[in-house]
Amino acid sequence: MKPKALILQARGSNRDLDVMEALTLSGAEPIGVPLNHLRSRTTDWHAFQMLVIPGGFSYADALGAGKLLALDLNSYFADEINAFVASGKPVIGICNGFQALLKSGILPEGNDRQRASTLTFNTQGHFECRWVTLAPLSQTCIWTKGLNDNITCPVAHGEGNFQVSDLTLINTLSSLDQIALTYTHPDGSPANGEYPANPNGSVLDIAGICNPQGNVLGLMPHPENHIHPTQHPQWSRDVSGQTGLGLFENGIKYAAGL
Amino acid sequence: MQIYRFVVQSGQFDPRSVGYLKDVLALGFNNLQRIECQDLYFIEGQLQQEELQQLALSLLTDPVTQTTSFEALPAPQISLNPDTIRVEAALRPGVTDPVAGQIVRAAHELGFKGVHRAATGSRFELMFDTCDPQEQASLAEKLARQLLANPVIQRWTLGEITPSFPEEAASSGAVEILPIRLLDEDGLLEVSINRRGALDLAEMKAIQAYYRAEGRDPSDVEFESIAQTWSEHCNHKTFKAHLDISLPDGGPAEPAVVDSIIKTYLKAATDSIAAPWVISAFVDNAGILEFDDDFEISFKVETHNHPSAIEPFGGANTGVGGVIRDVLGVSAKPIANTDILCFGPQDTHLDELPEGVLHPRRIQSGVVAGVQDYGNKIGIPTVNGAILYDAGYTANPLVFCGCVGIAPRGRHHKNPQPGDRVILLGGRTGRDGLRGATFSSMTMDAQTGEVSGASVQIGDPITEKGLIDVILRARDLGLYSDITDCGAGGLSSAAGEMASSIGADIELENVQLKYPGLAPWEIWLSEAQERMVLAVPPANISALQDLCDTFDTELTDIGEFTGSARLVVRHAGQVVLDLANSFLHAGFPQRQLKAILPEAHSQPADNQDKGSDTTLAKKADHSSTLLALLSHANIASKAATIRLYDHEIQGGTVVKPLAGILNDGPSDAAVLKPIGTRGKRGIVLSNGINPEYGKVNAYRMAWAVVDEAVRNAICVGADPGRIAVLDNFCWGDPKRPETMGTLIEAARGCHDAAIHYGTPYISGKDSLNNEYLGADGQRHAIPPTLLISALGQIEAVSQAITMDLKKAGNFIYLAGDFQPTFGGSHFSMVTHHTSSEDVPAPSPVAPQVYRSFHQAIQAGWVKSAHDLSEGGLAVAAAEMCIGGRLGLHLDLCIVPHRSARTLFGETNGCLLAEVAPEDTAAFEKAFENKPILRVGSVTSDPVLVMCMNNETQLSLPVADLVTAWNPVPELLRPEN
Repeated sequence: MKPKALILQARGSNRDLDVMEALTLSGAEPIGVPLNHLRSRTTDWHAFQMLVIPGGFSYADALGAGKLLALDLNSYFADEINAFVASGKPVIGICNGFQALLKSGILPEGNDRQRASTLTFNTQGHFECRWVTLAPLSQTCIWTKGLNDNITCPVAHGEGNFQVSDLTLINTLSSLDQIALTYTHPDGSPANGEYPANPNGSVLDIAGICNPQGNVLGLMPHPENHIHPTQHPQWSRDVSGQTGLGLFENGIKYAAGL
Repeated sequence: MQIYRFVVQSGQFDPRSVGYLKDVLALGFNNLQRIECQDLYFIEGQLQQEELQQLALSLLTDPVTQTTSFEALPAPQISLNPDTIRVEAALRPGVTDPVAGQIVRAAHELGFKGVHRAATGSRFELMFDTCDPQEQASLAEKLARQLLANPVIQRWTLGEITPSFPEEAASSGAVEILPIRLLDEDGLLEVSINRRGALDLAEMKAIQAYYRAEGRDPSDVEFESIAQTWSEHCNHKTFKAHLDISLPDGGPAEPAVVDSIIKTYLKAATDSIAAPWVISAFVDNAGILEFDDDFEISFKVETHNHPSAIEPFGGANTGVGGVIRDVLGVSAKPIANTDILCFGPQDTHLDELPEGVLHPRRIQSGVVAGVQDYGNKIGIPTVNGAILYDAGYTANPLVFCGCVGIAPRGRHHKNPQPGDRVILLGGRTGRDGLRGATFSSMTMDAQTGEVSGASVQIGDPITEKGLIDVILRARDLGLYSDITDCGAGGLSSAAGEMASSIGADIELENVQLKYPGLAPWEIWLSEAQERMVLAVPPANISALQDLCDTFDTELTDIGEFTGSARLVVRHAGQVVLDLANSFLHAGFPQRQLKAILPEAHSQPADNQDKGSDTTLAKKADHSSTLLALLSHANIASKAATIRLYDHEIQGGTVVKPLAGILNDGPSDAAVLKPIGTRGKRGIVLSNGINPEYGKVNAYRMAWAVVDEAVRNAICVGADPGRIAVLDNFCWGDPKRPETMGTLIEAARGCHDAAIHYGTPYISGKDSLNNEYLGADGQRHAIPPTLLISALGQIEAVSQAITMDLKKAGNFIYLAGDFQPTFGGSHFSMVTHHTSSEDVPAPSPVAPQVYRSFHQAIQAGWVKSAHDLSEGGLAVAAAEMCIGGRLGLHLDLCIVPHRSARTLFGETNGCLLAEVAPEDTAAFEKAFENKPILRVGSVTSDPVLVMCMNNETQLSLPVADLVTAWNPVPELLRPEN
């Protein structure tokens, strides 16, 4: 049976259909559920094997990207999401979804104010849309585990700059294998903070992180926008690059095995 | 209740402050050393100290990057460093402030029920290299006006600002009766001017006659409604006018009379082409075409020029929002945006600006930010566009916003029934955008910004996203019988149009307001954004309400469609408008205008073999000329802007705005494969625009831009038999016979060219009165500007072609009738040589060339293709080299002894194609009896070499081309 994925559609989600297409192609059954339905109707969270918070501009990024959606997650669904995460089911937040997971404290987990992380304004000071190359690193993360090839896909954000208040948090993330994805040059060498390979100034080229358990992934880039060969910017030069499908297939396979 | 001020400050590095500093320096303020901007939040309510702290920490601050302080107002004055001065700005009351609403909502969600209302603002701390307080203050004031605040939407002050909340005025039912029945001509015109109605004497007399017959005077609601319905913006009275045409010497022209430009030239072309794949042209909110067995596609392009001149961000923002609603108005899902922008030169000196005009840099950054904000947030990719510069656009920028939609075939209906409810969906109604329709029909002057402040709207893309979510589902459930968007003229226009076939009875008191105190005419005319009007059978209301609840969209029942053939509007039961549809929609007198055609161009088109180029450009100059062309603002890379737009969302962008091995070559057109469509078919989106040609010869300009739009589409693989076009005319004051003359010439060119290429017009729009009366008493008019937008189709997206050179050893062909000229050329601009020649002539063989080209693309013989446009053959070749980071060796013995003309002259109907050696025979055969020339080959050595008769005319490393074309290349980190 295909794992059912709950696609949480908040006010301002806009890459929900993109990720649903990617999940369908990868073998899941995505079901879009508007946040208001989650609040007003009895939704059986147990019926879902995966949770996806898609990209977008929830609440128009008012007061900081993802901030108000994070507030909703904590105010309305804290128990359901905590149970979902604790049960080990795959959860993914992409772009605005990542921002919400981070600002709600679901990622990197155990977040406290003294050792907080954030996704802040890109160093170049504006939104940018471009293709990037990602190295899947974490073998703890069920989404990136075993992915050998670098993924190419676009970023499209203004607040994707991963920063921490205290560098020891980086050491913790690193030691717990929570650094799931990093930006690299197209040849796979580390971006080392160089623009535009690292498109936003993130510390240690971090593009995505997971929780210590490895089932929750947040990432800024959009693997869901590289699922067909003709989406690659150089397909007309016969360049293909690795799609984002492997990442989704990983999550789906894991969900199916639970 | 107490008001608190929260100040949120960023840590050591704040990209926004860096950006402001850059802008300040670019404007020539060299005394500023540092600028630091901070966010201000004003919260009114009853709150404990601890609650305030919690609010600051958990809601307003990013704990990693920001710190927040707060204080109760009035706060004690704090002395700053002597070199520092503070400027604060806040929105004027009534200007949409979406963040403020979210603060209240979120505070309540967090449990801070004592929060009553909120407002936002900005603080700027300016550090000058002078400590003289007077000098500081004068510099700060100048900066505030020029850059930091826009008085149209904001109040600002040196020092601390106090917030202003919308006044809680008593709800106003005030209706004024305008006694016009006894007025003489002067009196009638005075009424029109006082109410900014933009109506002329004939129209005022028609209104007077109607009310004399009715035996009463109009209410203000009626008058405003008529003025709006009859406005240029809504009614296109110039394009429908009766025109008496004469030659410059006073003699009669041929034709001497034109009865409606739309009918005579634009609709006539569409009718004569009679393309069976056109589903709807000119009648609906957007033009509609067949796509495949399952889907139809729609397209609309609007202008939002005047609002963008006075409030660039809001103007462009709502321009995008408006055209998206046009597509929603044909029940389609918006899938792509296109934006063509025209600005004044970015290096214009502040002192050269006419009074009341914003600096072109500020206009550009505001407009681009407005486009970016709306498109990105609502989730529609911006995939095509152009940016052009001309001094003529300094006071009157042009902002063309286009949107493409897709819908299942046959689901869109426009068939309201008596008994259907009049349903208003979306945002609330405020005083925003009042008289926008008539405002856009007037010439601007220095006071325009001040008087028309109410015309300015700020968009709310997230609310409009909710409309998309509701309407597409309502369409699939068949919940409505008619739909239209609230654009210019607001409810008056939307409900008025929908009721024009049957009649309606509307109660204004039901309309949900942002704040009380609106007079009935203001409610009726408000152009508040993000609203749609639907005709809904009563039985479907609850299902629609469900959808609206799900997507946080407000639904308001404001009345009923009737069978009375009259439009009746009430306020609290009292009738404030009661007009016969026949008068409102057909009672206006046809406008009578005079036109004087421009002088026939004195230089014949074939003059290009006369005279010598050597006086124009020496061979040694060709390299520097090419570099100058590549760095000309019109030609240079637009990557810095393109990357601000999300062109990937919805996953359908197959040919992106930037192409090539380093993703920085300029694509000719966009190709889309919409998610959810089966099969291989794709959509092609391109445009043509050339104000330089417009200045010289409006008729040929129209031909050239139709050709350019088609040519661009052909380059990426569009089927030449399936291209539809849209026209957008931006012209000056049509009451001047000379202006009208060039308009007719352009329209005639549109007609002739469309028939030539078989491209029907499916929609169009005119924006006239693009002029600015400066304080100097001089008229500042824009160049005659015609945008042709093309919506094409490609049979299989996998056959799409990009413009970047692919492989060394491939051959390069020049396809098309190469007739280079210097008239209106960018060569003339960069060499400061005013050409007396005409602009490029129509190309008779272009359609056949394009058909062969398409056949070659389908067969897979074309590896890359690029069109010849501004800057001619040399610029086209250079851009292909940049795209592929490969060289070209071209030998051009086409026009003997005319090297400058060959390299830089501009022509219609020509393309460059890269063909692999094994395909050349087949490729050449496809072009049998058509103009085609093999002009060279692709080289691995990255140098562009252009020779004539084996003599090198130009040789430039590709790296130099890149540097000239894009001084901030992709691979370098931008300065911060």
